[in-house]
Amino acid sequence: MHPHQGNGALREGPAGGQSDVFDPDAVVTARALSKRFGDFTAVDAVSFSIRKGEVFGFLGPNGAGKTSTMRMVSCLSPVTEGTLRVLGLDPNHDGPAIRRRLGLVPQDDTLDLELTVRDNLYLYGRYFDIDKREVRARVENLLEFAQLLEKGDEAVDKLSGGMKRRLTIARALISNPELVILDEPTTGLDPQARHLLWDRLYRLKQQGVTLVITTHYMDEAEQLCDRLVVMDKGRIVAAGSPRELIAEFATREVAELRFGVDENEKMADRLQGVAGRVEVLPDRLLVYTDDGDAVLQQVHELGLHAEAEFVRRSSLEDVFLRLTGRSLAD
Amino acid sequence: MASVTAVAPNTRRVPGFVRPYRYFLLRYRRTWRGTLTSSILYPLLYLLAMGVGLGHLVNSHLATHGGSARLGGVGYVQFIAPGLLVASAMQWGANESMYPVMGGLKWLKTYHALLATPVQVKDLVHGHLAWVATRVGGSSAVFLVVVAAFGYLVSPFAPLALFVAILTGLAFAAPVAAFTSTQDNDSALALMYRLGLVPLFLFSGTFFPIGQLPGWLQVAARLTPLYHGVALSRGLMLGHVSVVDELGHVGYLVGMMVIGLVWMRRSFTRRLVV
Ligand SMILES: Nc1ncnc2c1ncn2[C@@H]1O[C@H](COP(=O)(O)OP(=O)(O)OP(=O)(O)O)[C@@H](O)[C@H]1O
Ligand SMILES: [Mg+2]
Repeated sequence: MHPHQGNGALREGPAGGQSDVFDPDAVVTARALSKRFGDFTAVDAVSFSIRKGEVFGFLGPNGAGKTSTMRMVSCLSPVTEGTLRVLGLDPNHDGPAIRRRLGLVPQDDTLDLELTVRDNLYLYGRYFDIDKREVRARVENLLEFAQLLEKGDEAVDKLSGGMKRRLTIARALISNPELVILDEPTTGLDPQARHLLWDRLYRLKQQGVTLVITTHYMDEAEQLCDRLVVMDKGRIVAAGSPRELIAEFATREVAELRFGVDENEKMADRLQGVAGRVEVLPDRLLVYTDDGDAVLQQVHELGLHAEAEFVRRSSLEDVFLRLTGRSLAD
Repeated sequence: MASVTAVAPNTRRVPGFVRPYRYFLLRYRRTWRGTLTSSILYPLLYLLAMGVGLGHLVNSHLATHGGSARLGGVGYVQFIAPGLLVASAMQWGANESMYPVMGGLKWLKTYHALLATPVQVKDLVHGHLAWVATRVGGSSAVFLVVVAAFGYLVSPFAPLALFVAILTGLAFAAPVAAFTSTQDNDSALALMYRLGLVPLFLFSGTFFPIGQLPGWLQVAARLTPLYHGVALSRGLMLGHVSVVDELGHVGYLVGMMVIGLVWMRRSFTRRLVV
């Protein structure tokens, strides 16, 4: 098992750290990595480095450039500018060699709907030249892993969305990859399947597999990721462990207040200066503070009455909101 | 713990095109029943209806008017069999390169799955063409066996027509696949079929010698690729082989295949590697 490095060892600036391109522990290193589509810059000079055996997350609103980054790291999409090293190799020249050691869960499923679940897994293994008998054994293991044993001989077309997702995830593991890239793996999974996946990912991590994951679920990111970066408009706007990010970008507590429809904006003005930083969401106000109950007290003293109010601890969601100015529902 | 330099066990490297080829092969093994009519039955139905049915009329007409030389001195079935073989090969090659390619690129995105593995775009392109060669070769072999069973194969060169069929299939498959990969939806594909392949099927000497056409159409017909495939296969199957002519026909088809291949590699790359 790979010794998990504590968060304390991971202090790196927003640019993702100064570690050398040839850092022997780095599985992926990006320096000023950019991706342009025509005139449009989807990824804008991002730098990060992903260590062996860690779970590294990419968060960000829709269109932030997460998938574009994942596709470059997976050697599917050519780098426009900057340097990228994956497993010590250069994607420009060693794409196939890198992909041989990498598992990819793409954001959109790429399953053959007319073939069976087993056939899809089997073929994928054969793309890696794994011999037939070995692939067949792995297929059975993965069917069990994805809890799709009873569906093995069904056409993929007949599976539910979540089952297809599970199949895609299982498929990415057929080559026993050292590095697994998961682009929104749990979108469409029910809570039980999500927790099961978290467990499986945790086991992979224990075997020393490096995991790179994008997600729109903040609880997932908090649970899984050793370190993560938040992207917005093609740039990395923050990097660190979930705890570090919360400490840096949020306060200890958040008071949530819900006033009537269209009232929230007005109330926010009245609260300015009274309490800590106020964030206006379409349906509620968030007041960032170290003492939530004190804020509620002040609000009451102002004679304001919210329809609903409560205090909670800050989470990654608050970090996200602060950094991107958008809630994840966007 | 997996080592970064470890070579995966239980693997055996194969030439690049084999991996996508495995996919096409397995996919075919699961879905072949649906393709039987178009690949095996249609050409034979044509042979029966046109060759035997219409052929009766043609043969008796030519006999009374002393014009059987126009068909190269053979009966109508024997005349159209080589043409039908190659015209079918064209269709098989083109068909494999239209909707299935669109599916791989866009509908099912199975090409994207392939390219997330060690498979490269060039492997995909070569694998596709290798698969087309297999499909066209298989269907053509069945056609030839049936024709032989009816005793219509007389020339010792006739088996070579199998390779002509494969070559023609590839000469069409490559540029058609390249064209498909430039399209965002299938509307142009149907148009290409109606305005491109159907006229070729009818006017490239499959059913009648192009000498029957008005002069300007004859010139046009001689410029089309299918004409060269038909002429080549007919020469071989009827035993009228002239080396210089045949080399010209082969050169035309090989050239078209190579240009198609280059185009296909470029356009597949442009489409898939973004
Ligand atoms: N092939 C492409 N051609 C042109 N623009 C593209 C292409 N792929 C992505 N983009 C653009 O690049 C930007 C980043 O897209 P990307 O898919 O990387 O975002 P994302 O962070 O993964 O978003 P989401 O959370 O919605 O998946 C978007 O504005 C998108 O429209
Ligand atoms: Mg995305």
